[in-house]
Amino acid sequence: MAETNFRVVNKPVRKKDAMQLLLGKPAYVDDVTPHDCLVVKVLRSPHAHALIEEINTDIARKVPGIECIFTYKDVPQKRFTMAGQTFPEPSPYDRLILDRRVRFVGDAVAIVAGETEKAVDKALKLIKVKYQVLEPVLDFHTAKDNKILVHPEDNWRALCPVGADNQRNLCASETCGDGDVDAVLADCDEVIEHTYHTKACQQAMMETFRTYTEIDHYGRLHIISSTQIVFHVRRIIANALDIPKSKIHVEKPRIGGGFGAKQSVVAEVYPALVTWKTGKAAKMIYSREECQIAGSPRHEMEVHVRVGANKDGVIRAMDVYTLSNTGAFGEHGPTTVGLSGHKSIPLYTGNLEAFRFAYDVVYTNVQAAGAYRGYGATQGIFAVESAVSELADRLGIDPVAIRERNMVREGQIMTAYYNEQANACALDRCMARCKELFGWDEKYPVRDMGNGKVRTAGVAMAMQGSGISGVDVGSATIKLSDEGFYNLSIGAADMGTGCDTILAQMAAECLDCSVDDIAVFGADSDASPYDSGSYASSTTYVTGKAVEKACAQLKENLCKVAADMLGCGTDEVEFAGRVVRKLDGTGEVSLFDIATKSMCGNETAVQATASHSSPVSPPPFMVGMVEIELDKETGQVDIVDYVAVVDCGTPVNPALARVQTEGGLVQGIGMALFEDVTYEPTGRIAENSFMQYKIPTRLDMGKLRVEFESSYEQSGPFGAKSIGEIVINTPSPALAHAIAHATGVWHRELPITPEKVFWGIQKGQE
Amino acid sequence: MEIKLTLNGKPLTAEIDADMLLIDFVRAHGCYSVKRGCETANCGLCTVLLDGTPVLSCSVLAARAAGHHVQTLEGLQEEAEDFVGFIADQGAEQCGFCNPGFVMNTIALLRENPDPTDDEIRAYLAGNLCRCSGYEGQLRGIRAYLDSRKGDA
Repeated sequence: MAETNFRVVNKPVRKKDAMQLLLGKPAYVDDVTPHDCLVVKVLRSPHAHALIEEINTDIARKVPGIECIFTYKDVPQKRFTMAGQTFPEPSPYDRLILDRRVRFVGDAVAIVAGETEKAVDKALKLIKVKYQVLEPVLDFHTAKDNKILVHPEDNWRALCPVGADNQRNLCASETCGDGDVDAVLADCDEVIEHTYHTKACQQAMMETFRTYTEIDHYGRLHIISSTQIVFHVRRIIANALDIPKSKIHVEKPRIGGGFGAKQSVVAEVYPALVTWKTGKAAKMIYSREECQIAGSPRHEMEVHVRVGANKDGVIRAMDVYTLSNTGAFGEHGPTTVGLSGHKSIPLYTGNLEAFRFAYDVVYTNVQAAGAYRGYGATQGIFAVESAVSELADRLGIDPVAIRERNMVREGQIMTAYYNEQANACALDRCMARCKELFGWDEKYPVRDMGNGKVRTAGVAMAMQGSGISGVDVGSATIKLSDEGFYNLSIGAADMGTGCDTILAQMAAECLDCSVDDIAVFGADSDASPYDSGSYASSTTYVTGKAVEKACAQLKENLCKVAADMLGCGTDEVEFAGRVVRKLDGTGEVSLFDIATKSMCGNETAVQATASHSSPVSPPPFMVGMVEIELDKETGQVDIVDYVAVVDCGTPVNPALARVQTEGGLVQGIGMALFEDVTYEPTGRIAENSFMQYKIPTRLDMGKLRVEFESSYEQSGPFGAKSIGEIVINTPSPALAHAIAHATGVWHRELPITPEKVFWGIQKGQE
Repeated sequence: MEIKLTLNGKPLTAEIDADMLLIDFVRAHGCYSVKRGCETANCGLCTVLLDGTPVLSCSVLAARAAGHHVQTLEGLQEEAEDFVGFIADQGAEQCGFCNPGFVMNTIALLRENPDPTDDEIRAYLAGNLCRCSGYEGQLRGIRAYLDSRKGDA
């Protein structure tokens, strides 16, 4: 265990923007950009699969105030991906801004820009489209090698070898493993084999997708967008418009929630095209309905699990096959699926002799999926954790005990996690603490409440990563300014999680000053140092380390300026927070004076930029336990108590880490119990508003209790790993477990609604 | 049509379309705290006070506000400042997009019921959705504020 006695880090500092946000100050795209710009909207396809035979915009163009209408005839014919990933993107280049072939109900058919929303709405109704309606692929089980192709086009291409083949509706396909899984399974006393199904859940961030675009004083395209990925947006828009990257400048103001939704380009291309073609400022604000039908939801997955164990509960082999539905386009398809195995199987590294993980990611004619918190791990963990609880049931072993027996422990090599070593792992302590805090032994047995209701409990473990190993780049620039305060510039995007503040905490720790002495700026593709962006649980771990490095470099430069001022060598001084002093105690200069000197006759930059990338992605770990009260007459499930104990390494800001955890748990509870996405026979999504798509309210989650059992990750800043994503992973398996324990029925498809619980009980009694 | 109303204490006369929604009216008059999170009166982000009563401004015609007093968070800064710091101490503001609506409704709650129980707080604010915080931090913040006020008394 390394030094954990910090001054600023590991303290519950207020978020730097908290008061401005709580007092409703203008901070988001639509608050801080002009309103006298063009309003941009998109005409959307009523068909799941069709070819545009004719499209007539003549009448629509005559509506007063209409500036322009674009169809597939007006856009560049080079395909691109909207996935915000490091180049070369694993997601296939399968999109045009507008295509003659429409691939889901809601796909873009035409772009309309006008002076007022009313004019645009009117014009949208006056566009005449004649479709050749085609049979869609709506069932993802039948997509692979279906004779109907979602992407038959010749100019479709995959930049990375992910097993994609558009002539087979395959967005990705792979098999990997270690050991002879079939032989070990054959040798096991017990093998559990089931298939688990998770839906294309909506991210439902409160601020819908939105982007403002204008041509700036240099003739460049200036994009102000609610995005997690300013640098990727620059590349993607340049690809989409087929213009040089140098012509684009992207910045983000405050973001009204991201969760990964804003790790794809969703709204940006439409106003960007309008502004680039007309030279006029434009804005697109997605409606909630558009968010629900043409946004960036979770990948629907079906995960087939085989778990083999001995009678004594030793888990020896796991075989996981995932079928993932990427929908009409492949954004994040090839990568999300990987986590469904690589971040679920390693939880059981303890005695694992062999594993196999295979997957297919298929195209279908439904809304394309994207990057949603958990990124495939959520789906895989629901399956694997459920299967292990079913195994414990079958073997008559306590579900906590079977996990304690098989879980990954510090120092072990996780073969299913790219052979990384669990260098910092407090999963065992998380389980012990969670069990104690929750009162597992008292709450697990089914207790009849005497009123038709029963209480019982469920448990699940989870892991995630901390950034994408060997890929993600985090950078920071730290600069000394007037009177001795600092500017910290980052390219990571604070989407409400508080990274501006926690990175400032790290800088303040390094520079021995207060968080208030650090002014944070970001993210801006022209002004910020390069950062992959805020996703993959990377910001604390990767960008945080860049902050640490930049501060170390800055201190050297400050010592150099100070040594000149003191007339001595750099090796004779040391940085001591508000001063740089001579080691022999004979003199010092204040930071105030160094700052002043730096602006007068100075040739040493009092700023430093550092980048960081990590060859490993240390997993955070956690345990969640839930107590439910289940009404056997109605199927209603109420959450009484949810306890989560998390190992995220050092929590850089315990208050924010706690709220992250609580927020993730509640989002996960919604996914487990009521957030559903269903399709009408035409392929239209039924839950296209918050009227039908119910996210949890504050009446839906009972008591939440969160604690941290920290390990110390040597490769992370101040021992930190990540927190943002892992926290959504335990509710689905823990709730399915508790419900099964209460009713005797395992629900292997989410969400587990009261109707399903009720019918499960009825069927069980037949 | 022409309407006269009072917005955050200031009398106002405006020419509007008959179908203009109150949310669009107040935003057009610089009240950017008022946010749209859905179009179906489900999220609570657009909450404003109409003669002191919380309403969803996405579901009220601007014309209906004629002759009435409309208040947004811009006009209630001092009353909000009284307690929102306690929510900031929890880190429960998160992305902040739902905050103005939730803060407005909390103001209405505290005017109506100065000493609510936790369950009363949950029930009153049930229509204010938040996707980030998991709600518990917001509750802890309000509770800390109420406790501090008792300490003062």
